[in-house]
Formats: sequence, structure tokens, C-alpha cells
Amino acid sequence: MAKRIDVSGLTAYYGSHKAIEDISMTVEPRSVTAFIGPSGCGKSTFLRTLNRMHEVTTGGRVEGKVLLDDEDLYGTHVDPVAVRRTVGMVFQRPNPFPTMSIYDNVAAGLRLNGSYKKSELGDIVEKSLKGANLWNEVKDRLNKPGSGLSGGQQQRLCIARAIAVEPDVLLMDEPCSALDPISTLAIEDLIGELKERFTIVIVTHNMQQAARVSDRTAFFNLSAVGQPGRLIEIDETERIFSNPSVQATEDYISGRFG
Amino acid sequence: MDTTTKNPTAPPVPGPLGAEQKRAARGATRPGDRIFLGLSRGSGILLLLIMAAIAAFLTYRAAIVLTKDQGNFFTTFEWNPTMDPPVFGIAVLAFGTVVSSVIAMALAVPVAVSIALFITHYAPRKLGGPIAYVIDLLAAVPSIVYGLWGALVLVPHMNGLFGWLDSYLGWTGIFEWQGGAPRSLLTASVLLAIMILPIITNVSREVFRQVPKMQEEAALALGATRWEVIRMSVLPFGRSGVISASMLGLGRALGETMAVATVLSPTFEIHASLLDPGGGTFAQNIASKFGEANEQGRDALIASGLVLFLITLLVNGAARAIIARRKEYSGASA
Amino acid sequence: MTHAAARAAQARRSTLQGARLPRWSPWAIAGGSVVAAVAVGLGAGLDSRIQWGLIAALLFVLGTYAIAARTEGRRQARDRVATSVVWVAFVVAVIPLASLLYATVKRGVKVFNGYFLSHSMGVVADTEPGGGIYHAIIGTLEQVGIATLISVPIGALTAIYLVEYGRGKLAAAVTFFVDVMTGIPSIVAGLFILSFWILILDLGPSGFAGSLALSILMMPVVVRSTEEMLKLVPNELREASLALGVPKWRTILKVVLPTSVGGITTGVMLAIARITGETAPVLLLVWGTGFINNNPFEGAQASLPLYIYQQYANSAGSNAAYDRAWAAALALIAFVMILNLVARGIARWKAPRH
Repeated sequence: MAKRIDVSGLTAYYGSHKAIEDISMTVEPRSVTAFIGPSGCGKSTFLRTLNRMHEVTTGGRVEGKVLLDDEDLYGTHVDPVAVRRTVGMVFQRPNPFPTMSIYDNVAAGLRLNGSYKKSELGDIVEKSLKGANLWNEVKDRLNKPGSGLSGGQQQRLCIARAIAVEPDVLLMDEPCSALDPISTLAIEDLIGELKERFTIVIVTHNMQQAARVSDRTAFFNLSAVGQPGRLIEIDETERIFSNPSVQATEDYISGRFG
Repeated sequence: MDTTTKNPTAPPVPGPLGAEQKRAARGATRPGDRIFLGLSRGSGILLLLIMAAIAAFLTYRAAIVLTKDQGNFFTTFEWNPTMDPPVFGIAVLAFGTVVSSVIAMALAVPVAVSIALFITHYAPRKLGGPIAYVIDLLAAVPSIVYGLWGALVLVPHMNGLFGWLDSYLGWTGIFEWQGGAPRSLLTASVLLAIMILPIITNVSREVFRQVPKMQEEAALALGATRWEVIRMSVLPFGRSGVISASMLGLGRALGETMAVATVLSPTFEIHASLLDPGGGTFAQNIASKFGEANEQGRDALIASGLVLFLITLLVNGAARAIIARRKEYSGASA
Repeated sequence: MTHAAARAAQARRSTLQGARLPRWSPWAIAGGSVVAAVAVGLGAGLDSRIQWGLIAALLFVLGTYAIAARTEGRRQARDRVATSVVWVAFVVAVIPLASLLYATVKRGVKVFNGYFLSHSMGVVADTEPGGGIYHAIIGTLEQVGIATLISVPIGALTAIYLVEYGRGKLAAAVTFFVDVMTGIPSIVAGLFILSFWILILDLGPSGFAGSLALSILMMPVVVRSTEEMLKLVPNELREASLALGVPKWRTILKVVLPTSVGGITTGVMLAIARITGETAPVLLLVWGTGFINNNPFEGAQASLPLYIYQQYANSAGSNAAYDRAWAAALALIAFVMILNLVARGIARWKAPRH
């Protein structure tokens, strides 16, 4: 059940420091949207406002609206825990729970949200691991700790864990930056498959990656160090990389800065 | 700062100095180096000798008196080492020491872990720091002060609690109370628990603070509540650290002398009830009986001290082993 | 889609909004619990405040669960219970610790004055008012001073050996036994010195014998803290100095130690604070006296912690003695706390590269 995200006038702070300012955009369901931009431009911060992870950081606070279909994530009675269940996240460095087995890692989110029969749980774990293209590699060692896998496998395990709870949106914060090229390719292929079912937002440093996997690309920038990051433009990926409407985007894409 | 540090990339010194430098790198060949190495190595060896001497002297004095002991050292419920022939055994002391320390640990660990979690995960950031600081300071309060407070403030307050325990749980036998002054093993346990609370809290807090942020975020992003984050990420990561902290606390409690000596009315018997006065611990017994003991009596106390020494060695050794295992574990998964 | 997945989707499709208790609800529940506990306590005639507190704590935790489970659901309720348990534990722990400090200060100031600090017990009987802790302060300062003089050089040199030279079996053994030594109960250290100083060498009680036992307790602490500090000194500093042809021992003395001296001082002061409060070994080896004995090498001496114990234990419940015990406790705590605060101050001030 992929959902559309409508962001309007979003500003996020760390304490008194304004990290991003006045961002408005729409993220289409069943597509991949990539965020690119130089370091410190706030693209990761922005990503974390989409599932209310930003406020977990000390001093983190947000103004503005994020509508998931028609529901404001920052509405008065919204439970951030429920938001994070609906909007899954994959982090920069793979972070499986080190004390849990592969199976338990995938089942972790499900166990939080209700009681399942053993067979049901097994089905979902298998389906999620298959969905993350990891099943064939781990089906014989589901009870081994997840920390024994390679980095790329760990990251796919984290994706399996995130999709097991059937979120509406999947956020990925530079999911390949800690991985080797082959693992990166595997994840990129996976992203292409997952977008059939989920709304995917991915932050990346790697412009080729953005060009390869995304349907739409948003370019973030900041006017100077210490200034808040802003959304410069968002458009079809093809147009951003061939014929962007803003000069700064073109400068960045062509490697003139950042 | 020394001026030599400002120029780390200085070219190697040519000539004879270069040769000397090589020699210095090989080992201590200059007189200064030899003396310094000798001194520092000697200190290390001295420490080992002291440890060996502690074990040897205690064993030696204990052996003298143990050969004369007419009772069974491990099972006799009596402490009359000054009699001729002497009769004494540590059964009562071993029981009292282990029971009071284990209860103290059972009382202190949940509270200490909660406070550690409070400081790291619950308290507002502005409050957590000062609280941790105060707990740090409390760990430094001398045990005799805890003892004085225990005897003059805590003991009177235990009456009501004891009456309560007696009326609701008296039927178990463990919490039966004849109504004597509440100077019992349980009071000692409560005081010990209060004393070891700061150290267990401090160690646990350090461990919880080291939980990788990304582990906690992993749980959060799955839609975990704060408690679920703690259960999924923080507690599994901190478990071995908490265990070893508890063992350190247990080691403290086992060897604590003054606090027990001030709140306990010792008798040389074992009660089923924890509430009636009586019983004793190794350390308390040494402090209380020392004044009236002759040489043979002191040797008997030394023998009991040796047993206490061995017990604390075991407990502390276990704590260290757990810490060492944890280091390997976290190194492997990093 | 399997049945289970459908259920997962079902659970998810429910709204993001959950019924939430208002922010003030924990305070309200806590207040209600306290009121209820007081009512129960008065009603049932429970005279112990400990019972009142326990009832309030129990009501708070159970009440939180009941109220949260009804409005917010089981998971939120569990989360709230965990929060309330953590808060309760914190309060439960703070009460005795606060009471300890409060009692010491309140009862200690009664006789705590210049006279108390500058007079000994002399011929004052334990049950009478009067007297002071001058002799005990002298004893403590001398015993702790000598213990420091013994253990700091040995401890620091051992740490230097472990960090700068130590490899192989000897270093491993030293490391292990330093750990073991850290766990020695103070009374066992006292018994050890007793066994050879008094029972074998047949020397009488003295401040020095006490110092020996105290230094056994102090050495491992000094080793550990010094070791930690030396390890913080970056290797580049050592290499830079060695590369200039400075011999290793001078490198250690002129580069490594000065860099870490702040931290080492902190460690030593914390160790001093720790042994200052030790009573048991002093009881066995120094015995205590009411008179001033300036000579730590001969005859029984007094010491502050021992003074507290003896005023408490030998006074047959005399209030005058209790007052003196509290006042001495106040002096001891003040001394230990000041040492701690200064030590931490130094640590913060000299903190390497933070």
C-alpha cells in the first residue's frame, strides 16, 4: 500500500540551529525519489523528518506539515511510534541487532506489533528475505547471528527487516555508502524491485546511483556553511541530469562543486 | 608541552646520536634506561610479591590454629578460639555473609539498572549529567558513615516494615519476626544494598552509554516504543556489563565490615528468619571479635579472613572474566 | 498475499493516531498515588513512612498500567510502566542517599565547631559531652600521608612498566594481580599486615602499620588510574621524542608524565579519598586512642573513621557520643567530598584533547 508524501513548508532545527528551511515537495507512490546534494545540505535530516526520527536527536524539532496521503505526521494526536511503523527506514551502516539471529532480526518488528502464529511468522520472514533477495543465501542458517553476514548481506537483512512490517514508505539513508560495488549493485537491483510495492526515498552521495535507480531526483543545497539547507529543485531524474532548470544543479551535477 | 613534540618530522639525527638512538630503540642499554626499567619492573614484581605474601601469611597463621581446632572449621556453629582446646567454625559466618550479600545484590541491581537507564535514557539531558555526578560522589561516601546512618537512622525505620513483613509474609518462616530490635541480616542487606547501589549504577551507566546509536535507531525505525528500544537494543548490549557490575557490587558487599558491624546484633547461630537479630558475617565477626581475642583468637579470625579472601577472589575473578569475554564479543561484532 | 501479511497490512492501515494520555497524566497519577497512600497509611495506622512510600510506589506503577492500558493499549501501557518503574526506582534510591547526607549534616553541626576540631578526647569519658577530633585528624593525615608516599611511587612505576615496557608474561601477571588486589576487602588487607607485623614481627599497633594496610588498598587504584592516563598519551609524542635521540627514560619523565600529570593527580586524589574512609584495617592495626599521638611509628593512634566507630560502639547509647560521631562523620564526608570535587575539577581542567 504505497502512499504519497506531501511536504509543505517544512523547517527542522537542532536546538537553535536551523538545519533545513521551508521545504515543500511531493513524493509519488510506487516510485523511487533520490535526494542529492553536497554534504551538510540537510538531505539526511530531511529524510529523518519523514518518519519522525529527527526528533529523537537531542534538540531536534520540526515545523511544517508532512502529509502521508491525507494524514499529517505532525498532527496533534499522532503517535510517532505508529508513524515509524508505517514509514520504514534503512540506515547508512547496516545495523542488524547483534544479539539476534537472522530470523529474529526479520521478525523483530512483527513481534512488536502483535502476536503471530509460528507458521505465520515463518511465512512473513521467508517472504521478506525473498523480497530482499537474501533468502537463498541465508535459508540454511536462519538461526545464526545476523552480525555474521557480510556487509552487503547485513544491509539486505536490514531491508528485509524493514519490509517485513509492510510499511507504506521505505526511507533509505545512503544505504550503499558502506558497501563494496558488488553489494551496491545487489541493493540497487533490489530497490528497482521494491518500488513496485513501496514508495521509496533514497539519500545518496553518488550521482550515478541516483541516475540509475531513481525516477525523480531532488537537489538540495545550502548557500553557505552554517546556513540552513534548502530544496533547489525536484524533477524527473532524466531532466535533472540532462537539462536542469537551475544553474546550481547543473554545476553540482557536472562536478563543478560539492 | 615539551618542545620536542612540536617537530615530529625532524630529520633523523646524524652521526653517533643516530647509533645511540638505535640502541635505545633496541632496549634499555643506557644506564638511565636500565635503572628506570629496573625500578618500574621492580615495582610490578613487588606488587606480585605482596599478593603472594598476603596469601602466604594468611595461610600460615590460619594453618597454626586450624591444626588445633577441635570443631570442624566448616560446619561448627561455634566461635570459641580462645578456649583450650579451641572450638570454632565458619558455618554461621559463611551463611550470613553469602545471604546478606546476595540479598543486597538482589535489592540493588534492579534499582541500579533502573537508575542507570534513567540517567542514560529517561531523564532530561540537563538532569542526567548532575544526577550521574551525584551518584559518583555517593560512591565515595565512606562505609563507616553508611554504618552510622544505618544504625541510628535506618534501624529505627525498619520496625514498621518488619511488622508488615511479619504479618503478611511471616508464615513463610523467612519473614517471621519475634519483635526484637530490627538489627538483623535483612537490615544489613538493605544497608549493603544502599552502599553498593552507586557502584553498580556507575558501571551500568557506562555500559548503557556505549550502546551504539545505530542499534537504538534500528529499533526506533521499526516502530518500537522507548521501552521496546531498551529491551531490543540496550539491555542485550549491556547484559554482560550489568552482570559484571553486579559481581563487583557483590564483591564489595561480601567484604564490607563496618556497615554490617554497626547494624547487626550478632549471635553465633543461623535463623530461618531474616528478621530476627542474629547471625554474622566474616568481616563483621573479625571487627567485633578482634578486641577480645588473644593470639590464638586472632589466628582464628585470620583463618576466617582467608576464606573471605578466597570467596571475594572467586567473585571478582568471575566479574573480570565476564568483562573480558564481552570485550572479545563487542570487538568481533564491531 | 498470505493471511499473515494481510493481518500485518490490517494493523498498519489503522490510523496513525492513537489515543494519548495528556502530558500531565504521569504527574497526576503520581499525585493521586501519594494521596491514596497517605490515606491508607493514616487509615490503617501504619506508622512507618517506608510503608507509605512503598504503597505509593506500588499504586503509581499499577495505576499507570491500568489507566494507560485502558486508553492507549497494551504496548503503550508497558512503555509507561517501564517509565514509571524507572522513576520510582530513582526516587527509592535517592531517599536513603539524601537522608544520609541530611542526617549527617543536621546532626553533625551540633558539636561541629572550632573547639571540636582543635581538641582531643583526652580524659573525656566516652559518655560525657566535650572533647573533639584533633587527635583523629592528626592520625588520619599521618596514616593516609604515609600510605600515599608508599603507594604512589610503587603504583605509578608499575603503571609505567605496564604501559611503556610491559609485554609478555610478567606484565600479564601484574595486570591480573592488580585486578585481584582491587577486590581485596579492606579487612583482609588489615589481617595480612596484622599477621606479619604484629603476630610475626611482634611489633605493637602503630599508625605506620595502618598505613601499610592502607597502601595495599591504594596501590591497585593508583596503578589502574595511572595506566589509563598513560594510555591516553598519543604515541606520536613518544616517537617524536625518541626520534630526536632522547633516551626512553627521559622521554617518559619529560614528555609522557608531564602530559598526563593532571589525570594521574586526579586518580591519586580519588584513591586518597577512598582510603581515608577505611575503618577496618585501622581498627585492627592502629587500635585508636583518645590521646594525641603525633608519632605514627609508635603506639596506638586515632583516626577519623575509627573515631566515628568507637564513639558509636563504645558509648552505650550516650547522646553526647552520638553527637560527636555525627560531627566526625560530617568532617570525614566533607574532607572526602572536597578531595573528590577538587580531583574532578583537575580532571576537567587538564582533560587531554577534549
